[in-house]
Formats: sequence, structure tokens, C-alpha cells
Amino acid sequence: MADAITNPATPEACFGKEAVTAALADHAAIKGLADLIVDAKWDRQELTLTVAPDTIIAAAKAAQAAGYNFLEDVTAVDWYPTEPRFQISYSILSFGLKQRIRLVARIAEGQSIDSITSVWPSANFYEREVFDLFGVHFGGHPRLTRIMMPDNWEGHPLRKDYPVEGYR
Amino acid sequence: MAFVEDLEKPAVRDTTGATLAGFRNAEDLIVPDVKDVVEESVSGHKPKGSDAISDHTMILNMGPQHPSTHGVLRLVVEIDGETIVSLAPDIGYLHTGIEKTCEAKFYQQVVPLTDRIDYLAPMTNNLAYALAVEKLLQLEIPDRAQWLRVLFNELMRINSHLVWLGTHAMDIGALTVFLYCFREREQLLRIFEAVSGQRMMTSYIRIGGVSLEPPLDLYKQIRTFLKDFPSKIEEYEGLLNGNPIWRSRLEGVGFLSAADAIALGVTGPPLRASGIDFDLRRDMPYSSYEKFQFNVPTSTVGDVWARYLVRMQELRESVKICLQALDGLPEGRITADAPKIILPDREQMKTQMESLIHHFKIVTEGFQVPAGEATSSVEAPHGMMNYYVVSDGTAKPYRVHMRNADFATLQALETMCKGRLLADVVAVIGSIDIVLGAIDR
Repeated sequence: MADAITNPATPEACFGKEAVTAALADHAAIKGLADLIVDAKWDRQELTLTVAPDTIIAAAKAAQAAGYNFLEDVTAVDWYPTEPRFQISYSILSFGLKQRIRLVARIAEGQSIDSITSVWPSANFYEREVFDLFGVHFGGHPRLTRIMMPDNWEGHPLRKDYPVEGYR
Repeated sequence: MAFVEDLEKPAVRDTTGATLAGFRNAEDLIVPDVKDVVEESVSGHKPKGSDAISDHTMILNMGPQHPSTHGVLRLVVEIDGETIVSLAPDIGYLHTGIEKTCEAKFYQQVVPLTDRIDYLAPMTNNLAYALAVEKLLQLEIPDRAQWLRVLFNELMRINSHLVWLGTHAMDIGALTVFLYCFREREQLLRIFEAVSGQRMMTSYIRIGGVSLEPPLDLYKQIRTFLKDFPSKIEEYEGLLNGNPIWRSRLEGVGFLSAADAIALGVTGPPLRASGIDFDLRRDMPYSSYEKFQFNVPTSTVGDVWARYLVRMQELRESVKICLQALDGLPEGRITADAPKIILPDREQMKTQMESLIHHFKIVTEGFQVPAGEATSSVEAPHGMMNYYVVSDGTAKPYRVHMRNADFATLQALETMCKGRLLADVVAVIGSIDIVLGAIDR
């Protein structure tokens, strides 16, 4: 397999599903997730694949089957006031391919996304952290409780409408 | 020697680690919450009058002020006699909202905050953050800065491993090793002070390079340290390897199979001690690590003893890398050629109008970073450290997220301790080498 990262034919950056699938046709993740990708981005040697929020478990399983065996990180970005507001980023690494991909799902305020703890149990703490600090609900998570903040805390500190110095 | 015979969880042997998709039931690996542990124990209690004491389990609160929890980790442990039934880590005691604070600072002002995350390896944090921002800015870092980064990162690894060895041994009861380790750590802290002016919160590695040219006698000081240090490693091993208490507390304790390690997100020395040969410095090199020769120590056993052996070998490998960095240190600039991003040196700022303007602009308005997102990943002493930086094109980061090895490794604690004795929890915590600053952030 041609390595997309060292292959000199790879363009420096391309955006959109068609452009990325054409430029990185050999990439294991593009092959494995072909029918789940909604949008894609190849920028600064990083591949970002956007999937629909209701297909996240299928996407995680497809990435795992494609050789991306290690879930590094689950986090969120709050794009308030843009809608859909939250971007959930999953960073997934392959020990064999020595490559990293980023799966992204955009969800709106109050919308729930499925937990991927059944695919990678390591998502447990990460999803609890996103729930705690962003207030994003993960459906099917076995123990979705606050992890950093006290249980009786009001608000979710990493939201953009939460001030840095607390409520006055 | 009662702990040694129980070997029901042999490590999975897979050298590539690429095909390890299947693991046992995911639900078994999920760490319970404090409430779950308490409820489970209470619901198992027999009604009043029952005298079957053996059917009762007990809840034990360990920490947050317990010295063997290495900071402010609180564990709620359900024990049956002395055997662990379940265990829930309760974290957040050191949560200071660093990620939120970063969003209110200029890019260059975030660097001192990163020191305070994994405070045993501040320069590794600086490097991870700098790499992420440099990726967004697409800066070329000169060789000399890259070599200095490698040199200080490896000294940081030695520094962090010394604290690990000292505290781990102290938890087991070998107090002398702690004093010996801190004796060598003191020399390292003096080196860090000489190079950056600070012993712990160094902020030495900045966006675009390093902050200062090291003083002239520093290389000699580092060489003296590196020359002596291998004999010191032998000294620690001389104190520990033949010690029957140390061996029986470590051997056969806290098994973690390779499949479980991957499923639970474990990285760094615990992952390599479980039989997976993966090291970011070699496999996905950053900051010129591909130009250094070193071995990646691994073990297939996966117990606390294996983690001890792996880290002790890593100390030796770090010495090798440091010597190569000193020998091959190129001449040249220590910062990238980007006057609008990197502060000019004082001499230029005082004599050249243009430099003064750049200095004024950087300090008062920061510098704009092109919109986008970038992940950097470095092999920190505790494992994989990722910085995820999102920019919206302004001078302040839109989002900074740190992925620290400690946070994920803590999830594996229950798997390693379940069914073992309470005293083993202390040994296992020591072996996963956590820093609560990195967990709580």
C-alpha cells in the first residue's frame, strides 16, 4: 500500500469528500470508511473524516477493522453560535500502519451521540469528560456522570458561553 | 511469596499489535463510578442478624491524601477480606480548568500553563504544545533547536523516571532509593535552572524553537551528569534487584494483557511491558528523533516487575540519546526565522526599529495562527502525550486539549487490581506512574 503520508504525489491540502477520496484513494481509512464519510479534510498531514452522528459506532468499528486499533482521545469543540454546535473529535491511531486519523461528528445542542465504549472501553473516561465539561450526552454510556467537576456543579465550563472567570 | 503463583492472566504475545482488535467483553473493562462501588457493596450486605461475615464486603476510602496515591487521587475500594472486589478512581481534585484558561490567552502565553500539566516533565509538555502550534503555522525549526529539544526531553525522561523509581520504591518500603534518586534529580534540576532560570516550571521550549542559548559550561555539566549516571542506575538496581521484599511485591502482580492494554488506552512503558513494541520516538518520529539510535525496551510479561525493568532500561537508553544529542549538536539558530512570531533578542530589539515594532506587536496583540486543527503527539515519560489545538484564525487558541497518558492508564487500574490483594494496589499505582496534574488538568 502506498503510504499516503510519505507519498510525494499527495497534495498538501484538499477539502471535501470527493477531492480527498480521489487524492488518498489508497489510504486504509478512506477504503474502510468509504460509505460512512460525509465530509473529509486532508490538511497539514492530517486526515479528518466527518461522519453522521448516528453512524459513529459503525464508523468506529469500520476504523478498527481497517487497522486503526487504538483510540487515543475523544474530545469536543464548541463552535457556538454556529449550528450544529458541538464537534466531537475522535483521534484514532494505528500501531501497524503508524498513522492517525481524526473522526469528527457534528451534533446540535441537546442532541445525543452514541457512546463508543462498546468498541473501545477506553472511551469511558473521555466521554465522561466531554459530558462533564461540554454537557454532551452519550447514549448507551454505562456510567455517564461528572468526572472533573463536583456532582452538584451547574453548567459546563468548556462551553463558549461559559465565562472564563465564572459567573458574576 | 503468596502473590506469585496466581498467573491466570498471561499476556497476549503480539509483536506488531496491529491485529489486536478483539478483546474480552468490553463491559468487564469499564471502570465503575464511586456510587456503583458503594451501591454494589451495600446491596450485597446480609440483613441484620446474619452472622455470615464472609459474605460482607467492605468499602475502603483510599486518598485523596494518602501518600501512596502520588498526589490527590482518591480510590474507593470494595474489599472482601483483603481481596479487591471492585475499585473506582475519583479524580478532579486538582482540576484547575487549564484548557479553559488557554482559550483566554495568546498562543505564546499558553506555554507556561503547559508546564503545570505534567509537572514532572514540563519540557515535554512545552514540546507537545509547540509542535501542534508549529504545525498550524507550518514553521521550519532549525536543527540546533531540534537537537536541544531532544536533549532536554530525554533529561526530562530521566527526571520523571527518577521520581517514579523513588516514590515507587518508597511505597513498597525501600526508603533509601528515594533519597538516592532525589540526589540525582537535584543535579538535573540544577541543569534545568541553568538553562531556563527555573527548576521545575521551565517553559524553555517555545513556539518556533527554544527560549535561550544554553550557558557555555552547561554542556560540561550535562556530560558530567551523564558520565556518572549509568553507575547510579546500577546502584539503584543493586539496592532493589536482590531485595526479596521488592521482588515478591512486584513479581506476578498487576497483570495487564496486551489486548486489555490497547482496549483501555494504555500507552508508554506499561504498554511496552505488556508486549506491544510501540514507541512514538521510533515509530512516528518528531523533532528529529529519526536521526538518533536507541533501543525500545519491551517485555511480554505485563506485570509490575516488567514495568520496572522496562523503565530502568529506558533510563539507559535516554543516556545514550542525550550523549548523541550532545555529540552531534549542530551550530546555528535556536529559533525559526519568523520575526512576526518569535520575540527578537534583546540586543536587536534595543537597536533596530523593526525588531522593536515586532516585539511590541507580539507582546500586545499576539500573532495570528491560520485557522485549522492540529494534533501533535510525543512520547512523554508516562506515555503518549497529545496536544489538540484548534485555531479560528485569531491570536488566541479556539481550543486546546491535552491527552495525557496518565488519564487513560488510570482506567486500567481496576483491571490490574481486581482479585488481587489490597497491598498490591499500592504497587500497581506506583507502576503506572501517574501525575495528578496531568489527569485533572
